[in-house]
Amino acid sequence: MAAYLARRLVESVLILLGVTLVTFFLLYVLPADPVRQIAGRSATTETVESIRRQLGLDQPFWVQYGRYLWNLLHLDLGRSYLQRSNVSELIWARLPPTLLLMAGAIVCELILGLTMGIIAALRRGTATDNGLMIASFIGVSAPQFVVGLLMLYVFAVQLRWFPIGGYGTLAHLVLPALTLGILGAGWYSRMMRSSMVEVLRQDFIRTARAKGLARHRVILRHALPNAILPIIAMIGIDIGIFMGGIVVVESVFGWPGIGQLAWQAIQRVDIPIIMGVTLVSAVAIVLGNLLADLVTPLIDPRIRLR
Amino acid sequence: MTLAEAPKVRADAAPAETVLSVDGLTVSVATETGLRPLVQDISFALKRGETLAIAGESGSGKSITSLAVMGLLPANVRATTGAVRLAGTDLLRLPEARMRAIRGDRVAMIFQEPMTSLNPVMTVGAQLVEAIQAHEPLTRREAQARALGALKSVRLSEPERRLRQFPHELSGGMRQRVMIAMAIALRPDVLIADEPTTALDVTVQREVLDLLRDLRREMGTAIILITHDMGVVAEMADRVIVMKDGRVVEEGPAIRIFDAPREAYTQTLLAAVPRMGERPAEEPPPPRPSVCVLRDLTVHFDVGRGLLGRATHRVHAVEGVSLEVRQGETFALVGESGCGKSTIAKTIAGLVPFAGEIEIAGRKLHSQADITRAVRRDAQIVFQDPAAALDPRMRVGDLVAEPLVIHGIGTPPERHATVEALFERVGLSRAQIGRYPHEFSGGQRQRICIARALVLRPKLIVADESVSALDVSVQARVLQLLKELRDELGVSFLFISHDMAVVDAFADRVAVMFLGQIMEMGTRAQVFGNPHHSYTRRLIEAVPIPDPGHVRPSRERLASEVPSPVRRRDDPPRRLLLRDVGGGHLVAEAGPG
Repeated sequence: MAAYLARRLVESVLILLGVTLVTFFLLYVLPADPVRQIAGRSATTETVESIRRQLGLDQPFWVQYGRYLWNLLHLDLGRSYLQRSNVSELIWARLPPTLLLMAGAIVCELILGLTMGIIAALRRGTATDNGLMIASFIGVSAPQFVVGLLMLYVFAVQLRWFPIGGYGTLAHLVLPALTLGILGAGWYSRMMRSSMVEVLRQDFIRTARAKGLARHRVILRHALPNAILPIIAMIGIDIGIFMGGIVVVESVFGWPGIGQLAWQAIQRVDIPIIMGVTLVSAVAIVLGNLLADLVTPLIDPRIRLR
Repeated sequence: MTLAEAPKVRADAAPAETVLSVDGLTVSVATETGLRPLVQDISFALKRGETLAIAGESGSGKSITSLAVMGLLPANVRATTGAVRLAGTDLLRLPEARMRAIRGDRVAMIFQEPMTSLNPVMTVGAQLVEAIQAHEPLTRREAQARALGALKSVRLSEPERRLRQFPHELSGGMRQRVMIAMAIALRPDVLIADEPTTALDVTVQREVLDLLRDLRREMGTAIILITHDMGVVAEMADRVIVMKDGRVVEEGPAIRIFDAPREAYTQTLLAAVPRMGERPAEEPPPPRPSVCVLRDLTVHFDVGRGLLGRATHRVHAVEGVSLEVRQGETFALVGESGCGKSTIAKTIAGLVPFAGEIEIAGRKLHSQADITRAVRRDAQIVFQDPAAALDPRMRVGDLVAEPLVIHGIGTPPERHATVEALFERVGLSRAQIGRYPHEFSGGQRQRICIARALVLRPKLIVADESVSALDVSVQARVLQLLKELRDELGVSFLFISHDMAVVDAFADRVAVMFLGQIMEMGTRAQVFGNPHHSYTRRLIEAVPIPDPGHVRPSRERLASEVPSPVRRRDDPPRRLLLRDVGGGHLVAEAGPG
């Protein structure tokens, strides 16, 4: 186990290193000029060049990237170009709302997705199955800003069940988490359905029935733990997909999280913040995958981590 | 009084009492064109302590009959007429909740596939306890004690530890014992065993059959044994029902069925069953040139990963095997699962890296990379499962012609002519060339695979369990085809099989393998007629004999476990030396050191 974790740690560091290199390179070749954003339109060429020198942006790529890594080694994510504070402080302040939103979304998508998938599998070939699968298809294909605005209109503006936007109470969480969760729910219901259909065909389900077990026990005790195994691996990967959705959903609902921070930073080419948010997302994805891999053997005894 | 509360019929009841009767049972599947019968008008009665075998080939409806008794038919299949009576109650008319109380308690079932019939994520103990608690109001501790007792009665080694283990930690034979323990834990009146030993090695099959027989004697359980294997029928059954196409062909006491079968179908079925020791010893053919020679062939797979990703253990799949297949002969490799026989087939096909030397048609090969396209032209392979070996989206004619295309042989019309000729040769018609694999039966598909293997005119065909999945009557015809092809075309066979009777009927020379090494090698008459090695003798003794009158010497009944071919990297297995005991008959003995 220790050897496994050590190996995974080395792998994770390499992955994160790769992510920083690719992101840094993309931002370097980007035609948008961060210095122009800082100096403003009216600034003279001398001012612009002096700021450029000050920030070290006149140096060649490898020097800039080397310096970034050196600072990263000292846990320094740099300073924002436009907001007068450290990137790590900005991210740290915005992390709790985003984590809360993600947790809410994961709960939404699992409850919705798994229930839909299980019911569809048990009613395979019926109208219920077809209806659920059409619903899941809509969930997968609907753009999140449309779903978000629709939710806002129906549940906040018309019905007034939930606040229109902002952050603070559980009521504020419901609509953004649901919007973010609907996409995943569509995905999970399809995966859960096919996984469940596959498991229900297995010989050990027939054995369980031949023992005289009640139907709910066959499904909950025998089919479900086996069917859920591929889903767990997916949740780890899912965090990456979430990061994209979070940018959209946080903007729509005015949720003060990392997504908003990233959105503002991208508009203003605030490179240190973009780098910081990317790195944090990458860490989240790596951790999510690791967590999924650590949980799987708890359910499936055949899997050993080596 | 509900049925679940009814007193169970115990062993002390009158011996001739009928526990289960099936009257005029018809089972049909719902199709787009209406109901299509799978089983028609079946009737039988099962007495206490009796073993009734339902024998038949695939598609005869024997498994559907047993599922109908259990009330476990698939959703689109149902029992349309007839009755299944257990102690006077018609099970077919029972609501599901009451049927559930009977299922597993008074009628229990064990299935063919022990490897997949247990839930992989639950411990053996939890699965046993669950079955017991579903029917008896016992506490967890009491149910656990009952489960332990059941595991002891199926003679599983270390029963306490098994309760805490997961299915994947047990071998196939051990899992089937667990399945039997689960089925008998509640002392059912009827035990339905659907092909209980078909997926098991012959020595394990022997142990499981002995166990079933002992349990029947001790508990008085009536057994319905569903099987295609007439050897198993002869060893186990008091009475036999022979089924074909959903109908009963013949019914009677086992001895009468085997000694004087009345129906033509039963006669053909019994005639097709391969039997050990029936083929007379023939003169050894004059020495011919060799087609395939293995010299010190060794195949290892590294497994397990240490700190730096280095393998910690090694599977010794094949460990220094040397043998020679001569032109026009059938050389059989026999052994139980995991002995390395299929690995040898894969090695010759170039699918596995190896050490040592393989010589095919004069070419000496020393690594996987040496097995080039030209080599493969001389050595073709026919696998066990023809359905999996044929691309379902290609026409069978194209499948057979494909090797010609790959090797760039002939023009399209020439290829077509070759394929047509081959189709006729393997017993298919020219008209079938444009069809797809799913339109053929299992035996026909294997003929297509054989045609594909022959199309390049190879010198050697490696047949890896090629007839094992076929029904006996089909198997007999495919073996006959292989014999004809061998004699006509002079092609050699490396025939890999676990079925000793088939090997005895078909092979010229035989090598017996165990844990990657050859235990005994010689002509068929030498190895089977005069086996020297104890393992060879054990294998031969374990083969079921299709003769109910045959008396088997009693033997100590212990669950044996095959040692593992996985060893630590620094702990290689001991190589055995082969000693000639006369006339080229080689027997393994421990080497020096």
